Amino acid sequence: MVTDSVPPRLLPSGDSAITVEFSRHIDDAANRRVLALDRALADSPIAGVTESVPTYRSLLVHYDPVQIGFEALGEKLLALAERPVAAAVKARHWRLPVAYGGENGIDLEDVATALSTTPDDIVARHVAGHYRVAMIGFTPGWSYLSGLEPFLHMPRRQNPRLLTPAGTISIGGVQTGVQCLAGPSGWHLLGRTPVRTYQLHREPIFLLEPGDAVTFVPIDARTFAEQDRAAEAGEIVAELIAS
Amino acid sequence: MTRLVISSIGPVSSVQDGGRHGAQRYGLTQSGAMDRLALAAANCLVGNASFSACVEVGPFSATFTAREGAVRVALTGAPRSADIGSRSVAFETSMTIAEGETLTLGFVRGGAFSYLAIEGGIAGEPMFGSLAVNARAGLGSPYPRPLQGGDEFHVKAASVAAERRIELPAPVAGPIRLVMGPQDDEFADDAKALFLDSEWKISATSDRMGYRLEGPVIRHLHGHNIVSDGTVAGSIQVPGNGAPIVLMPDRGTSGGYPKIATVISVDLGRFAQIPAGTGFRFKAIGMAEAQAELRKFADLLRGLPDRVSAIETSDLNIEALHHANVAGSAVSAHDASTWHVVATD
Repeated sequence: MVTDSVPPRLLPSGDSAITVEFSRHIDDAANRRVLALDRALADSPIAGVTESVPTYRSLLVHYDPVQIGFEALGEKLLALAERPVAAAVKARHWRLPVAYGGENGIDLEDVATALSTTPDDIVARHVAGHYRVAMIGFTPGWSYLSGLEPFLHMPRRQNPRLLTPAGTISIGGVQTGVQCLAGPSGWHLLGRTPVRTYQLHREPIFLLEPGDAVTFVPIDARTFAEQDRAAEAGEIVAELIAS
Repeated sequence: MTRLVISSIGPVSSVQDGGRHGAQRYGLTQSGAMDRLALAAANCLVGNASFSACVEVGPFSATFTAREGAVRVALTGAPRSADIGSRSVAFETSMTIAEGETLTLGFVRGGAFSYLAIEGGIAGEPMFGSLAVNARAGLGSPYPRPLQGGDEFHVKAASVAAERRIELPAPVAGPIRLVMGPQDDEFADDAKALFLDSEWKISATSDRMGYRLEGPVIRHLHGHNIVSDGTVAGSIQVPGNGAPIVLMPDRGTSGGYPKIATVISVDLGRFAQIPAGTGFRFKAIGMAEAQAELRKFADLLRGLPDRVSAIETSDLNIEALHHANVAGSAVSAHDASTWHVVATD
């Protein structure tokens, strides 16, 4: 387990990036420390740092070694990481509509069978969850959410699919996620959201931020189709409950 | 309006520049030129800012035709035959394609990517500060996809100036240098030794996302699944089959395989130009040395405009051009025909 007192490990990611690693595991406490360091870096910028990328367990800090070297930057990052993690950071809370099952979630029935329950129970459990954006990565807008209840933890598929639909809501391992663009995935597809977490020529281009709270609300396939058209035209269609 | 029209072009060719930065936290990768030195040199030859957008031309042949005016361009990077009409033109020089003329590039002879810079740059709509194509994200301008025959660029008519050449330092030879980590502790000492001591080849299935390596199987200590964390261009991840993949500019921003080492920034362009099937080796260096090399490289990039000079009439003899060629590129120095015909230009 990770405690606030254990300093992170500084791992070189080549000559222009440092991985600040808080844990080797998916760990909620570690992710909070990652996001806290990310915020601290935004609040107290370090000259030479070009961008930072939060993940579940580490913060990848890109920098320009012409301006600052590995050792000097490492010291500054460790000092920032010592700042206390705010107990309750005010997070935005998004409610995303999801059409579960059928052609929108082709694995729902198989997941229910594998977990010896009904598709309705899977949906009810998934909708009951309160999730947090732990990281966004791999492809634009792909949002990895923490907070999946243990009952829904499932190994990834033996054979990843090469193409899964845009907007897919899926589960894999201990995680659930919102996939924005069509692409490969080894996760189990429960449904689709019409919400675009990434959409060019819309403000904002990226809807979710690491640290945002997310919940889901079921919609039927017809509503999905309507909202999908609206979203394609640039509407956000997600509900911002609190910020 | 003056245009440069692509009559034909092979796959894996796209508009690329210095890449886009600042949105990796949203999963948007940097993209940008595979060989930044070649990109910058091409731009300097036509007076553009170093990291302006160029045409990154993959290994296959391509033809470009000037319409409604003459177009000045420059070529750098992977050597290949280059002809305007019936005359050969040299790499690491600028050249003017007269209205109606066609620049024809052959298949690469060594290397993978050539860079065609256009005087005045490529007109387009930047997203996150870049025109670079990232087809997966639907980004890139003027075309958010690899280039195709029939595509065209709106360009500025060629200025009336002497053609120019650039004297680049002799290409670095030797192993591709890397810094160990971030997850080298996921590998036993003998696996790391095997990785560093073996000859590798780049698989033909490589692309702008990643170069797959062919060589011995590199085993993990604790299995191949780690919790996803951030990647950089040059990250060498080792998936379950033990065949390392070097992540390139179009990589995913995060990955769930252990990363044994990272190619140093200075050597990434040189690595990108290694043709599939050609043997090479890695060499681990320390962080201080890697960063010292990067600072030298930054100086080189900054000083590129000073390495550009006008080609005077008196320079147009084979000996002078051959000298310039040796100083500029060891690869095109082997192609005497290129230089001979330039001399008659």
